[in-house]
Amino acid sequence: MARITAGLAMSHVPAIGRAVDTGMTGDAYWAPLFKGFEFSKTWEAANKPDVVFLVYNDHATAFSLDFIPTFAIACADEFAPADEGFGARPVPTVKGAPELAWHIAQSVIEQDFDLTIVNRMDVDHGLTVPLSLMFGQPKEWPVRVIPFAVNVVQYPPPSGRRCYNLGKAIRKAVESFPEDLNVQVWGTGGMSHQLQGPRAGLINSEWDKRFLDRIGPKPEELAAISHLEYVRETGSEGIEMVMWLIMRGALNDRVKEIHRHYHVPASNTAVGHIILENA
Amino acid sequence: MTGKPYDDIPGTTIFDAEMSRRGYHLNQFCMSLMKAENREAFKADERGYLDRWPMSEEQKQGVLARDFNGLIALGGNIYFLAKIFATDGKSFQWAAARMTGVPEADYLAMMVGGGRNPKGNRYKGKPD
Repeated sequence: MARITAGLAMSHVPAIGRAVDTGMTGDAYWAPLFKGFEFSKTWEAANKPDVVFLVYNDHATAFSLDFIPTFAIACADEFAPADEGFGARPVPTVKGAPELAWHIAQSVIEQDFDLTIVNRMDVDHGLTVPLSLMFGQPKEWPVRVIPFAVNVVQYPPPSGRRCYNLGKAIRKAVESFPEDLNVQVWGTGGMSHQLQGPRAGLINSEWDKRFLDRIGPKPEELAAISHLEYVRETGSEGIEMVMWLIMRGALNDRVKEIHRHYHVPASNTAVGHIILENA
Repeated sequence: MTGKPYDDIPGTTIFDAEMSRRGYHLNQFCMSLMKAENREAFKADERGYLDRWPMSEEQKQGVLARDFNGLIALGGNIYFLAKIFATDGKSFQWAAARMTGVPEADYLAMMVGGGRNPKGNRYKGKPD
């Protein structure tokens, strides 16, 4: 049977992708950020999953205002890196896991979460930057990926509670898949950041660190955080952190923290990262 | 529409239903800049390219002036507006500096120093 072994969370800032693509990871500005991922890359290589269920948000790339799915699961064989306005990132095509993706779609919809099913989609930095952080610059990505897009652009995004419960449904779906697969769930985005208006640049390290402290042992508390609190305390784009709760919901109630990293800034954003294993 | 729960947050526009309706054509224009040939057409004749879209004159002027705060008030969403400054070869950091009204070097220094402190930035007109 397929099983979820670990959950990872990390920010997905576009400038991080640019730093990787242009060989700037050793620069004074970037080095402290990437240093915090050195352990993670080694750990990931030693615990390499077959499939990553990658929760991210599309940034007006695959989804314009014509269609705005709250939750979209991508079931295609592969996904091309998107041209986001300055040419596509020079990273490998992302290979999908269509059989498992379709199984999850069917199972989760039967558990009352009405997903949008996507058969053709380019993937933007929200999906490819986490892969770069964990795998560097390989010729091919070493894992298959199920892209799972959450709307956090058009207000309101789904609530943290809804995301947490969806994670639980995804776990049930994975565990009912007959093939023996090691699956990781990654929640990406965050932490505090605001990209717009006169309050741009807001960073709330204290709040972020409390979030990191609680994501393992006290996810129920985090699931109760309101949209208003996210926006007021962590900036208008900090609300992306609801996606971490999908990851957390997909894990056991008890988890073991393997690694944590927090760094300010990457461009406008506080970068947070955590690895949780099922206890 | 009045009385939104987030109205009291300073310097922040929430891209809700009202803003999305107001900005639909502006944002869809931005979306068109995802294609290289459209970026070329826009760069060759910005006004002419904008005139192909059913946007308000105010929105078109906002694009020409790269007035991102103005465009946000007219329904622009930052992830869509990003296509404009990406076309210009500019970064999110550049755009954020512009929206906060400081030179990019000063903005960079603020971020490296830990970012904008939430203290005094949670509620309009209140220290906290």
